[in-house]
Amino acid sequence: MTPERSTRADSAAMIELEGVTFARGAQTIFSDVSMSIPRGQVTVVLGPSGTGKTTLLRLVGGQERPARGRVLVDGVEVNRVRRKSLYALRRRMGVLFQNGALFTDLTVGENVAFPLRAHSQLDEELIRRIVLFKLEAVGLRAARDKYPAELSGGMARRAALARAMALDPALMLYDEPFAGQDPISMGVLLRLIRRLNDALALTSVVVTHDVKEAMSIADKVIVLAGGRVIGSGTPDEVLAQREAEPALAQFLDGNAEGPLNADDQQAPLAEDLGLGGRS
Amino acid sequence: MTALLDAISRLGRLAIDAVAHAGSMALFALRLAVVLFPTWSRPRDVAQQVYAAGVLSLVIILVAGGFVGLVLGLQGYNILNKFNATESLGVMVALSLVRELGPVVAALLFAGRAGSAITAEIALMKTTEQLAALEMMAVDPMRRVIGPRFWGALISVPLLAAMFSMVGIIGGYLIGVVVLGVDQASFWGQIREQMDPWDDVAEGALKSLAFGAVIALISVYEGYRAEPTASGMARATTQTVVLSSLAVLGLDFVMTAFMFGA
Amino acid sequence: MNVQRGVELVVGLFVLAGIAALMVMALQWSNFGASRISGYEVLARFDNVGGLSEQSPVKLAGLTIGRVGSIEIHPETFQAEVRMVIDDKYDNLPTDSFANIYTAGMLGAKYIEISPGGSLESLQDGDRITMTQSAIILESVVSKFLFDKAKE
Repeated sequence: MTPERSTRADSAAMIELEGVTFARGAQTIFSDVSMSIPRGQVTVVLGPSGTGKTTLLRLVGGQERPARGRVLVDGVEVNRVRRKSLYALRRRMGVLFQNGALFTDLTVGENVAFPLRAHSQLDEELIRRIVLFKLEAVGLRAARDKYPAELSGGMARRAALARAMALDPALMLYDEPFAGQDPISMGVLLRLIRRLNDALALTSVVVTHDVKEAMSIADKVIVLAGGRVIGSGTPDEVLAQREAEPALAQFLDGNAEGPLNADDQQAPLAEDLGLGGRS
Repeated sequence: MTALLDAISRLGRLAIDAVAHAGSMALFALRLAVVLFPTWSRPRDVAQQVYAAGVLSLVIILVAGGFVGLVLGLQGYNILNKFNATESLGVMVALSLVRELGPVVAALLFAGRAGSAITAEIALMKTTEQLAALEMMAVDPMRRVIGPRFWGALISVPLLAAMFSMVGIIGGYLIGVVVLGVDQASFWGQIREQMDPWDDVAEGALKSLAFGAVIALISVYEGYRAEPTASGMARATTQTVVLSSLAVLGLDFVMTAFMFGA
Repeated sequence: MNVQRGVELVVGLFVLAGIAALMVMALQWSNFGASRISGYEVLARFDNVGGLSEQSPVKLAGLTIGRVGSIEIHPETFQAEVRMVIDDKYDNLPTDSFANIYTAGMLGAKYIEISPGGSLESLQDGDRITMTQSAIILESVVSKFLFDKAKE
């Protein structure tokens, strides 16, 4: 069911999941999932809400450990590695959290400067310049002395993007970057993600459920549902796979009825009301 | 019969939850212990937290200390007057405060004023993914967020308790000597004769240091473990105040029994 | 940076104020100086020391001149053997001085009052006061009671 079961260690893949099983409590989120995310491209991970897309990012970042299987990031086995190497790896990752996760007691400029101060011995003047440069890249140079509470949702997300980029990461992870955005700021974000990826030769992973928007910037699409990969490839390839996979067709077309909402189709209402079946 | 069984099993579940809670807090304390001294590589972070926890609690502590001293002076005068022993008012007020009321009341007020704020702040940082963001920036939140707040509370509580006691004794002096006319010389003289720097002042300070450690641990733990929702945060702050207060009073009994008992 | 500096200044003052409060209570208001008296030792035996304890004051004419160092039971006489440490300043107490145990106030703490005798020789380190009067406990209460009754 997974088209690419990577057995050879191809250096073209930035992230590889091999037979990953992950459960939270009694709920199984991934069962034996494998995927590979190519280096230097924008990969979009799609799927309905609650399919563990955010969990996928947490696995990649080493914040969660799978019950079984391996998670490889740039050749490093994230779930086995010692804390020091994990932190070294994270220094090369940038994460854009769902609501930005800006530090509320610091200004926008200080937020962007934070990773620089934490991990470099640069002098203040140089840090100031890097901060201005990063804020310019997301179009927020004028807001550097504002506090996160004074920003709109879209601005906060762009500020968080500037912070995530501060250390010039090799890998950018975006967690639902379009959630709750108006069409204009969504367009701005889409362009930014694509442009940053190409200009800085990044590898980008975008987790979202906005099918059309995501498809427009994706080099590769992976569709998750029900704890497994139901589609994978370039946007066109994925669209072509819908014939074979009814769940994929339902998700891509946004149908209310289909195999994906099986849990909505419960016993008849009358039964829950205690009226009993008609005999 | 089933109601009884239900009640017993509910009790069992409560007991299991309590043990699990204590266990996870102990594990958390171990993780915290590892970063306690590395935290001091950024002394400014600690200073910031002493400010937030200690300096900002100063007003409530001083006002409360003054009132407690005034009340002790009044009540003590009325009781001692029955035994013709009002000249002992100073000792009574001073020893009550230094040994007992200073450390305990200051700790309870601190838990309500600053402990709950620490919990709320950490829980909010967790809810808004700021802690996760720190982790993903390869910055250890234990060291950067939890450690400084623990130290801030630990340092603040004994200092606040000392100021509470001192202001309280002055309050007792105002009521006893200035208002009720107890002899000034015997007020201070009896304190000087009966209050021991080690047995009373130092042991009182030791108590408040222990209270500070307990409140600090509970406050940061409850925040760190809070469920990342609005109601989870509310529950965590309440839990901090309740647990801290009970822990302070229980620990106070144990420490008093060891220090002054027998 | 300036805000940070202000915070640091206030925190510094706060820490100093807290330590000062502790120090004032421990060094100024308590018997700190007294408990570290250096002086010479004098022994005395009492039949009953009542509530006398270590660190209780030793007074002369109402002034504290020393402290009780230790109290032990003498193994043969079963009396209480009290060791007092008296300030070197008062090195001319006559050898036939009297040691009484009194109570400060009605319910106050016990202390030893020295009543000087008439001898020309003075007490030396390790000497013994032979004339002592034990703590009066019951009697004083009764006499106080009777005295109050008589007044009515």
